[in-house]
Amino acid sequence: METIGQGIIEAFKLIGSLNPELLQILFLSLEISVLAVIIAMLFGVPMGTFLGLKRFPGRNLFIAIVNTGMGLPPVVVGLFVFLILARSGPLGGLNLLYTPWAMLIAQVIIAAPLVMGVTMAAIQGLDERLKLQILALGANTLQFYLKLMKEARLSLIAALAAGFGSVISEVGAVMMVGGNIKGQTRVMTTAIVLETRQGDYSLAIALSVILLLIALLLNLIFTYLQQRRSS
Amino acid sequence: MNAVLLLKNVEVTQGGKRTLEIPELDVRKGEILVILGPTGSGKSTTLKLMAFLIKPQRGEVFWQGEKVHFPAPLSVRRSISMTFQDPLPFEGSVFENVAFGLKIRGIKGEDLRVRVEEILELLSIAHLKDKSAKRISGGEAQKVALARALIFHPSLLLLDEPLASLDPLTKKQLESELYRVLKQLGITCVYVTHDQEEALSLADRIAILDRGRILQIGAKEEVFFKPNDVKVARFVGVENLIPAEISANEEGLATMEAMGKTLEAVTPFPPGARVIACIRPEEVTLKKDGVGVEKISARNQLSGKVLSLETLGPVIKVSLDCGLQIKVLITRRSASDLSLKPGDTVLASFKATAVHVIPEDEGE
Repeated sequence: METIGQGIIEAFKLIGSLNPELLQILFLSLEISVLAVIIAMLFGVPMGTFLGLKRFPGRNLFIAIVNTGMGLPPVVVGLFVFLILARSGPLGGLNLLYTPWAMLIAQVIIAAPLVMGVTMAAIQGLDERLKLQILALGANTLQFYLKLMKEARLSLIAALAAGFGSVISEVGAVMMVGGNIKGQTRVMTTAIVLETRQGDYSLAIALSVILLLIALLLNLIFTYLQQRRSS
Repeated sequence: MNAVLLLKNVEVTQGGKRTLEIPELDVRKGEILVILGPTGSGKSTTLKLMAFLIKPQRGEVFWQGEKVHFPAPLSVRRSISMTFQDPLPFEGSVFENVAFGLKIRGIKGEDLRVRVEEILELLSIAHLKDKSAKRISGGEAQKVALARALIFHPSLLLLDEPLASLDPLTKKQLESELYRVLKQLGITCVYVTHDQEEALSLADRIAILDRGRILQIGAKEEVFFKPNDVKVARFVGVENLIPAEISANEEGLATMEAMGKTLEAVTPFPPGARVIACIRPEEVTLKKDGVGVEKISARNQLSGKVLSLETLGPVIKVSLDCGLQIKVLITRRSASDLSLKPGDTVLASFKATAVHVIPEDEGE
């Protein structure tokens, strides 16, 4: 208990001191995860919408793959990205391993199926007649898709929250492909693992508290976006 | 004849079942065409076809005289607007809902605002402008749906049972308001319903649809007072369908025998023809035997016993046994003037012109 208490005090001291190393870790975490979720949304929302609307051969197989992807163990993604980016791998020449880019790629792969799956369910859950109504008012294909996404806004924000939650808290994949290099690829989660291993519990707890606060803050923003019309 | 839209030899098959088969159906400029039919008769399918939302397996659809190939061009789809039985509000305010059709047509700013406010005013829902479209009453929501469909002045408006889920009072109000707006804007409209009263008050022409086929189409008086067959007659509220045989015909005034009673009707059917005499219940008047001695001009007079009285809002349906059963609709006032009760003997009379004669249906 004492350790936890000390850790929390330490956390606020650290936040207050604006420790440059802490800030650097914090910003890298946010940068990679926010960018990963944006890319996952840009890719996953249209794909999910398409999957929710269209019937084509092999659709069920594709959906099964997406659903599996939603529960993909991050370490497996890490291993996969590692093997591809490793010097002997197919994309080894790009020299991306142990850079933030590798971490970004891994996080996009983790978040995209989540976004896709939630979007697909949301679009399928919309009233079939609502879809006809949008077309019956003269929407072209693009306008139709955009309107559907707007109608599914609540669920899309849930997809955003789920995607972000999964990548900001993820440690296995970023550790494997980023390497937790100080000043380069060290992020909140990998730093927590490291500090815990080294016995510096108070710093680990401080980082955890900050991570939790960030998650809370972002979810407050998501909730506000999601619920503002319902009140 | 100015056909806005024409269906020709169209067939729609859904799930291996043929749900629609229409040799020809035209929608004329400026008219309100009501498609009247029971649930599952293919009414909604017909509307979706007219909105180019579904493709017929066979046949052709013409828009303003030109054949349309599927998928229909956006310019054609954008000339047509459709609403459904449920108002299906979008997320957002009433204003945003109504503005949708204009926004997707590239209209914005002041022009957009003015036009939305105009249509809201026209439907007397301007006060709802900033409310969430999902948080207003059923009648209001239906008006929003109408405003949303009307705002871009479609050349053809398709309404799928827009009043079906409303309470009777709201329904009556909205019905007359809808009629006023459609006629004021001069909009061509196809209106689908299963309610014959709605059909009667809104229609210029009526098409009776049953099991995917049009049984009869024509001016509303024609369909309501001169149904082609028993099915149509039943559907438009002709409650007295009396099998009879023509015994004589003098220059169009026929005499016929029906279960021992003699009826007269204006019809060209020759003696010997087996027919059905159709009499609308509101065309029959009742008198109590012995009360009042003034001459009755109606050629058909049948004396009978009151079997039952059934109150239907402002009118009362009286079932009579005159040797043959006759249903009569009278006002509450006449019922109380006559102090009618079951068992009373009354005289039912109706004009020879009130009897519409159709050939006996072989299928029946």
